Amino acid sequence: MTTPLHEKKLKFLEEMANTIREDVIKALVEAKSGHSAGPLGMADIFTAMYFHVLNHDPKKPDWPDRDRLVLSNGHICPVLYTTLAHAGYFPVEELMTLRKLNSRLQGHPHRKALPGLETTSGPLGSGLSQAIGMALALRLDNKKNSRVYCLTSDGEHQEGNIWEAIMFAGKQGSKLNRLTAIMDRNNIQIDGFTEQVMPLEPLREKYESFGWHVIDVNGHDIAEFVAAVNEAQAIYEKPTMIIAHTIPGKGVSFMENDFTWHGKPPSPEEAKRALHELRTLRGQIMSEHE
Amino acid sequence: MLNKNAKLNEKLFDQGVEQKPTRDGYGEGLVNAGYEDPNVVVLCADLTESTRCEAFAKKFPDRFFEVGVAEQNLATIAAGLGVTGKIPFIASYATFSPGRNWEQVRTTISYNDSNVKVIGAHAGISVGPDGATHQAIEDIATMRVMANMRVIVPCDAIEAKKATMAVAKVWGPAYVRLGREKTPVFTTEATPFTIGKAEVLWESNGKKGKSKKPQVAIIGCGPLLHRALQAAHELEEEGIGTIVLNSHTVKPLDEKKIVEVAEACGAVVTVEEHQVSGGLGGAVAELLAKHMPVPMEFIGMQNVFGESGQPDELIEKYGMGTSDIKDAVKRVARRA
Repeated sequence: MTTPLHEKKLKFLEEMANTIREDVIKALVEAKSGHSAGPLGMADIFTAMYFHVLNHDPKKPDWPDRDRLVLSNGHICPVLYTTLAHAGYFPVEELMTLRKLNSRLQGHPHRKALPGLETTSGPLGSGLSQAIGMALALRLDNKKNSRVYCLTSDGEHQEGNIWEAIMFAGKQGSKLNRLTAIMDRNNIQIDGFTEQVMPLEPLREKYESFGWHVIDVNGHDIAEFVAAVNEAQAIYEKPTMIIAHTIPGKGVSFMENDFTWHGKPPSPEEAKRALHELRTLRGQIMSEHE
Repeated sequence: MLNKNAKLNEKLFDQGVEQKPTRDGYGEGLVNAGYEDPNVVVLCADLTESTRCEAFAKKFPDRFFEVGVAEQNLATIAAGLGVTGKIPFIASYATFSPGRNWEQVRTTISYNDSNVKVIGAHAGISVGPDGATHQAIEDIATMRVMANMRVIVPCDAIEAKKATMAVAKVWGPAYVRLGREKTPVFTTEATPFTIGKAEVLWESNGKKGKSKKPQVAIIGCGPLLHRALQAAHELEEEGIGTIVLNSHTVKPLDEKKIVEVAEACGAVVTVEEHQVSGGLGGAVAELLAKHMPVPMEFIGMQNVFGESGQPDELIEKYGMGTSDIKDAVKRVARRA
């Protein structure tokens, strides 16, 4: 069971999430390509996972009893890389090599390239099945303390593969109760808003009808998210889907809720504005850097 | 004459030679692999009996997963198992897996380096009456082109059993191609089998009758090798010497042996139940173009789809019969 969240820890996590957003912007502007909206929108959840929820050890990334975090929508890897770096898997400075030649930080994550990565992803819709496979393997080995989390996007629910996975997991029921999926429900994809490109709703009812437990949360409220993870851990009968409602581009005013920021990096000028906003929490506080 | 060291079935040219599908050998090998290693698990997509996963499923029910008609899920669940200490075998018809799920095999198994064994059953035109939709004739090409993927095409049930047990023991992604129909069992338990090592099955030595030193190397994979041996046998009576090489491992190819027989003969015919582009023939041509350019002929599907019919009828109609192999040998010998 994930430990309860005290006020001091919550404040630490919120500050860490902001730091991770800043470093995501820095890595993207240096890389000159990559995805902005998704990584910023998921910074709170990645922070909560690696700094509070996951049972992991950056010094022993291959520890067999670790919890697994599978990133299915690989294109938001800047936030995964940044969180892994801050968690101690590799030096934070290495984030500046994102997408460059000979870097361990591939444009889409590759399991063999970097410690801490559980899979190779980018082509959408295949992460949930891989998380299922890991959960089945851990169950066969009687590793009762290890859980598997799959981070997935809303847009990739247009892929057939993921519905095959949802159906299979529903069939397994309690055998996959150590599997928790977390959906980044930010409503955008490359071509526009999800409900215009290819409607996904009602997502809750769809998952429930396939035999899943479903929890809706505000994906920027770390306390609410951690409470949902605790609830998922307490459900015995079935796997859980946490639908995390997020704001794409969260924290940077000109990126928020704008689907055109799905797949592009900020220019140096935009990055400067973005970092200023993040450091001053949109003008609420003074930045020590300025 | 037959290579004694290959320890082939002495009755292989008899009418009554035992016939058995390669998928049966896979089923037996799978159970053996299951006993040998508790990490072997099997996933199937609604074809448990016909892909011969049933015996394993009954012996080891906890290690068998039915995923339903969902080949993308079949590959990707296995990818997760394969990076978490398991040795998953995934079985379906080759047109569906690794056909429909090619990208999942590429990204989540091959590039991801997951220890998954992809079993493509009902490969080749000899699937028969089901017709072209179910006849995989592109799978060697689509698997061979992937980095980090082994490709093995067993020639009979005994070799399929050995191949199944061998891929379970060697780390990494592998593709094993199986046929539906009963085909002659012409190897024996004693026939050597090592992944990546081609075996000479036949070598004319110029001593018997009118036979001459080998002029043409017939390099093949899969059950058609039995027809290649028949062709070699008949050609020897006609005074044309050949070598027949079983290149069961299409990737990694046994480059040394193939270059050696091409050099010894000066001409090559490749034999496979697959499109002539991209499969074993393509692989051999790529190798020889670089190291030992010799005239080649290609037995296989000539850039067409198959159709419904009896397996033997189809093999004959599409130019993969014993007489076709003999004709190809004579054609290529004239070009040498």
